[in-house]
Amino acid sequence: MAVTTMIGAKIHRREDPRLVSGEGRYVDDFTRPGCVSLAVVRSPHAHALVKSIDITQAAKAPGVVAVYTHKDFVKVLSGTMPVTPSFVAEKKQSPPRFPIADKEVVYQGEPVAVVLAETKYQASDASNLIEVEYEPLPAVMDLDKALEAKSPTAHKGAPDNLGWDLTYIPEDPAVMKEADVVIKVRILQQRLAPTSMETRGVLAEYSKPDGTLTVWMSSQSPHFVRLFLGGAMGIPENRLRVISPDVGGGFGAKISPYSEDWLVPAAAKLSGRPVKWIETRTESLQTTTHGRGQVFEVEAGAKKDGTLVFIKATQYLDAGAYMGTFAAFQACACLLAGGAYNWKHVAARTVGVLTNKVPTDPYRGAGRPEATHMCERAIDLLAGALKMDPAEIRRKNFITTFPHTNHFGLVFDSGAYEKALDMAMEIAGYEKLRKEQEEGRKKGKYLGIGLSSWIEICGFGPSAATAPATGGIALVESAQVRVFPTGSVAVYVGTHSHGQGHDTTFPQIVADTLGVPYDSIELRHGDTAEGPAFGYGTYGSRSLAVGGMAVHKASKKIVDKARKLAAHMFEAAEEDIAFDQGQFYVKGSPDKRKAFGEVAFASYGAGLPEGMEQGLEAVAYYDPSNFVWPFGTHIAVVEVDAETGHVDLKRYIAVDDCGNIINPMIVDGQIHGGVAQGISQALYEEVVYDDESGQMRTGTFTDYLLPSANEFPTFELGRTITPSPTNELGVKGIGEAGTIASSIAVINAICDALAPLGIKHVDMPASPDRLWKQIQEASGGSSNGKEARK
Amino acid sequence: MKHKVATTVNGQQREHEVEPRLLLVHYLRDVVGLTGTHIGCDTSQCGACTVTIDGQAVKSCTMFAVQAEGKSITTIEGMAAKDGTLHPLQQAFWDEHGLQCGFCTPGFIMAASYLLSQNPNPTEDEIRQGLEGNLCRCTGYVNIVKSVQSAAKAMNGSKAKSGEHSAAARRS
Repeated sequence: MAVTTMIGAKIHRREDPRLVSGEGRYVDDFTRPGCVSLAVVRSPHAHALVKSIDITQAAKAPGVVAVYTHKDFVKVLSGTMPVTPSFVAEKKQSPPRFPIADKEVVYQGEPVAVVLAETKYQASDASNLIEVEYEPLPAVMDLDKALEAKSPTAHKGAPDNLGWDLTYIPEDPAVMKEADVVIKVRILQQRLAPTSMETRGVLAEYSKPDGTLTVWMSSQSPHFVRLFLGGAMGIPENRLRVISPDVGGGFGAKISPYSEDWLVPAAAKLSGRPVKWIETRTESLQTTTHGRGQVFEVEAGAKKDGTLVFIKATQYLDAGAYMGTFAAFQACACLLAGGAYNWKHVAARTVGVLTNKVPTDPYRGAGRPEATHMCERAIDLLAGALKMDPAEIRRKNFITTFPHTNHFGLVFDSGAYEKALDMAMEIAGYEKLRKEQEEGRKKGKYLGIGLSSWIEICGFGPSAATAPATGGIALVESAQVRVFPTGSVAVYVGTHSHGQGHDTTFPQIVADTLGVPYDSIELRHGDTAEGPAFGYGTYGSRSLAVGGMAVHKASKKIVDKARKLAAHMFEAAEEDIAFDQGQFYVKGSPDKRKAFGEVAFASYGAGLPEGMEQGLEAVAYYDPSNFVWPFGTHIAVVEVDAETGHVDLKRYIAVDDCGNIINPMIVDGQIHGGVAQGISQALYEEVVYDDESGQMRTGTFTDYLLPSANEFPTFELGRTITPSPTNELGVKGIGEAGTIASSIAVINAICDALAPLGIKHVDMPASPDRLWKQIQEASGGSSNGKEARK
Repeated sequence: MKHKVATTVNGQQREHEVEPRLLLVHYLRDVVGLTGTHIGCDTSQCGACTVTIDGQAVKSCTMFAVQAEGKSITTIEGMAAKDGTLHPLQQAFWDEHGLQCGFCTPGFIMAASYLLSQNPNPTEDEIRQGLEGNLCRCTGYVNIVKSVQSAAKAMNGSKAKSGEHSAAARRS
């Protein structure tokens, strides 16, 4: 590689001028001639039989072009939607899913009909005129009750509600007996709505004469959509173009193909008109996949001196009414139950449960925030039982040698956990804070300090590990680098940027690898008609460690060919050619140089070496040898008002290590956003369904609480850099780190604050009403950490 | 059924016939054709649709187009100077990495422009309170607050950073 000049530099984002000027182009900003609006009629019931659908009035309403139901869509859509792959198939029950209901609806919001009209107001009006007769059925809403033998089933006629039940490692009672202290805790991971500020949306245009379909949609993985949608509509990939333009956030909820991703293109084919559907916020809260939705039963033990002995975790995962495309991925929480520590024994079991709710699927962190939450809660409970400082028990048990193979066979590539802990404690002024806490307690002040020493598996992923888990598709990544005759460069990638800044960071990599000016490089993504045949998309903090490496690899192929050509131009041997910052020369004669651009121009001309084809472009697919393993320590400082249960988040310190850094400004931004989302889970957000009726109670932002700027302090960041040995760039990932670390830092701080009251555990969201009840019970001496609110 | 509505949008006179129930945000996006104003929630919580009307910040999803009769509306497209020089707030959001996906950004910039018109030297707390009608899911608000602080400084005449607005790489 040329001497690094761009990698590691704080380069301001080149996508920003258009975004701050109102010239970003999101799906709703596009239209096509003759475009109609589509509105979806959805089930108001969590579980019911559809007895009849009367469209007579709607079909006559002003502006209505067509009304379609299941019987129409089966004419143009075949097969079922992709549901979770089989890697947790110990007992698999995965109900087939068609994008629109026929005789039975299984969650509130499931589509039953669509209306096409000339304007969105007309489509909305007419959708209210469709009369659907339902016969309500008992709804399965509670994760515990769903597994009882007498429970109704989420799907009529199903044997039970068990999706999977897989024991990765059974408990070893002999080892567990070695512990001097044992703690048990039940941890609730509430359902969350991922809530990108831009909702989902689809615009589709079908050309009957050409048999081609073009779809604009808000997606993290347009190639995935093309693959599955092409299959459903019988359109080959070369006639199906999926464009994911500017996307207003994804957070994992825009990976899966959704019902509307099928229904809108199908409606375009049926009607012969371009069709647009933009999700309302209520539709988004009701039908876009949720995150988390799990309960963990955790038991852990340690020796008197603080040496960790075992942790045993059982995960119950509320999958919803259908298995999300990647729902089972969240079982990875089990594989990381041991966190950053040495344990003699780790036992883990995952149970997937079907309910009458919208499916759960990955949401920022997906499985890893849950793992960190349970492990770090267990560590603090053990520290409390042993009367050790939480920092001390962590330090004593950290994994210190790398590569480290954990109990499940996963290989941690590199780490320096104690260094990150030390830095976080230094920034926080840990000793001083403890003194302040002690003083405060004398005055009835409930100050709490919460630690979270997190690890993460990301960079999905090596084909050997991912292909069996995804039904054959390895989560590798592709890139194409194209050097034009006059030296400008276009880079096409299979990842998708929706806030991560790839337009800036990937050209930084290319600039260094090719030694050409950063401004001469243009990044393109999100259009399946361009670039490599397949791309795997952006999620799981994979874009840099996998996609960035594909970009790097393709760039190196370009340099290799250019070097051969330069050797020919110099009439020298290839091994004698040096390449330095975009200049070729014969070793020993640095005065005579050929710039990269000269060689690029020559590559399109005559007189090439024998056997060399014209042109200078390369495609690369990068298959990593391992996952990558970021880590760090976060510290939250809170004060709880015992009178009201209100939590004041006073400070938040985050020290993260994601290996080498391409652009520090963007890394910091990713941490800020991730931290905020985890804090938000700890204190504010929760999807609530009514247990009896199955109705969602949090269907607008009035009820689903998202924090504003006024709810946060300015986060204090620190950084250590431990390069990854997994890839040549030494990079890991940072998109999810903040979220993985932060929910438990806040909860540990609240538990720490309330420890004098005998409160040992607090569930999320730690809302004032929940905490107030818990404080009241504890003050009455009755609860001792029992959950106050279900 | 339709009503005539005459407005000034970003300094230009506009006259259209619209349904009385047409929301101002749909008027701006679908009738006038300015798509920089976004819709994020439908219930006036998120602020993505914020514009200024006669200088005052308004969530345009919470008003009918006909209510804007005779008023002067500024959207994000009207913030930069005619020669393309970014408004100090736009420049500051760029400089301070105050945006990621960019969807909430126009609303934040419009809300912040009103905030600074009322309070040219806000403290961090005043900025956080002043922007609590706008939601961002990407940034954790850290750099949004910094952007507004930096814009306030620039607008108050202390030496602003270069007004560069090309796609060229900039380092700091």
